Amino acid sequence: MKRVYVNEQWCLGCHLCEYNCAFANSGIKDMVKALKGKEIFPRVHIEDDGKIHFAVSCRHCTDPLCVKSCIAGAISKEDGVVKIDRSKCVGCLTCVLVCPYGAVAAGPDGAAQKCELCLENSCGAPACVKGCPNNAIVYEER
Amino acid sequence: MSEYLIIGNGTAAAGCIEGIRSIDSESSITVVSAEKHHVYSRPLISYLLEGRTDREKMRYRPLDFYERNKVRLIFARAVKCDPKKQTVVLDSKEKLRYDKLCLCTGSSPFVPRFEGLETVKNKFPFMTLDDADALEKVLDKDARVLIVGAGLIGLKCAEGISGRVGSITVCDLADRVLSSILDSECAGYMQRELENHGVSFMLGDTAVRFEKDKAFMKSGAEVGFDILVLAVGVRAETELAKQAGCEVDRGIIIGTDMRTGADNIFAAGDCSQGLDSSTGQNRVLAILPNAYMQGHCAGINMAGGSAVFDNAVPMNSIGFFGLHCATAGSYPEGSEIFEERSEGGIKRLYIKDNRLCGYMLIGNVNRAGIYTSLVREKTVLDEENMDKMKNIPSLSIFSQNIRRKKLGGVV
Repeated sequence: MKRVYVNEQWCLGCHLCEYNCAFANSGIKDMVKALKGKEIFPRVHIEDDGKIHFAVSCRHCTDPLCVKSCIAGAISKEDGVVKIDRSKCVGCLTCVLVCPYGAVAAGPDGAAQKCELCLENSCGAPACVKGCPNNAIVYEER
Repeated sequence: MSEYLIIGNGTAAAGCIEGIRSIDSESSITVVSAEKHHVYSRPLISYLLEGRTDREKMRYRPLDFYERNKVRLIFARAVKCDPKKQTVVLDSKEKLRYDKLCLCTGSSPFVPRFEGLETVKNKFPFMTLDDADALEKVLDKDARVLIVGAGLIGLKCAEGISGRVGSITVCDLADRVLSSILDSECAGYMQRELENHGVSFMLGDTAVRFEKDKAFMKSGAEVGFDILVLAVGVRAETELAKQAGCEVDRGIIIGTDMRTGADNIFAAGDCSQGLDSSTGQNRVLAILPNAYMQGHCAGINMAGGSAVFDNAVPMNSIGFFGLHCATAGSYPEGSEIFEERSEGGIKRLYIKDNRLCGYMLIGNVNRAGIYTSLVREKTVLDEENMDKMKNIPSLSIFSQNIRRKKLGGVV
């Protein structure tokens, strides 16, 4: 299946992916209205230790620990995509406790959220990839 | 064709069913459930009382789970096991034969003998959906609640009912809250948060005698109450395993393949006692993720596959009134303790032999899983990466090569 991959050597650390992600998942049509003056909760994040920077989002693992660990049975894997049923989530963050990539986090309402490849939002394909100015984030089969 | 029999209907059983079906899609699976409910998540009962979930949403698997997995679900209690004939007898008198048996019997509340407990009308354990339903019926905005036990169960109960009762007092013989997962620094932090939300504590003190609506404490104090919740502890359900000739300590002893010592009998979940890889000791690790993973591993092996689950570590993610807490690993004597306090929380890392052995995060739990994986994988860190690791959980502590595999490959 196609996944989001990161070419670290090309990442500029510009954080655009975070904004594009937050916008794509906001459900709001206007980017300014969606983001301006608001705390954003992107599902991709840039790690930056001053020397190196790279984007991290859900790896859609072959054997996902979050699915096995979710206390509410709210995380499942369908056609290779790991999904969270946020209406079932109680926000205990056990998924955050177990994800070895740090790719799951609490959303604005406290329920957990993560990259679901923009397959079910208006973008239709990963917004972080579309908007990456240096092609550091790609969406492909590997 | 084999006949698989699973005693218990919780998380470990769900894992076992899914493990079996990943290998064997045809053979018959029978599940015996003492609770007359579709598989649900026990830790969600406090959220149910709080109104943050409902009976539909707290199903651990979809409504058609048994049908889709071709499982026969029987509501009954297993009372006898004959390992020679490979049969289990139910309290309904039905006798079930098995080729492979998995004991997912879980645990039940442990209630010490309190003098006068029989005189208390409104007393409740807090483990099951039925317990929550019973407690729900007596909740009242003026009720005074006494919870005996300041562990995970007692405190989640306190949070769940806090908006619906008059007052809550929690007592525990331990000198701190959540003593099984937090050191005294972190426990103090959590306790203050709970106190800020109206929960009162009597620590280092416990009830020794009851008289109707009054508890007489070890310290000599008297506490009046309308509702009593008993959350002292839990005990693994091992009766059937003993009958079947399995080795039993505090739980049913299992190997890293979930086999008990008895032929064709496996065990998984809170009833079992397996390897804690953070210490190398065998212990009961009664946490939900382990129950699933043990069940899944057992299921694969029951169906003739070969799976091991050998990297279980103690870990917990729990929150109270929006303040989160993540912990994992062990806290060996002689560890270097790295502590950092911030406005909304505290971080305590236990470091020994250039490894992160255990951690406690309160407040900011972002990317805690990176710490958990360092604990689980026993990753040795050099000085530079140790400093980075102390700062925040980050993938930047790995070499570019390892990171390329993690972020650039299928994992």
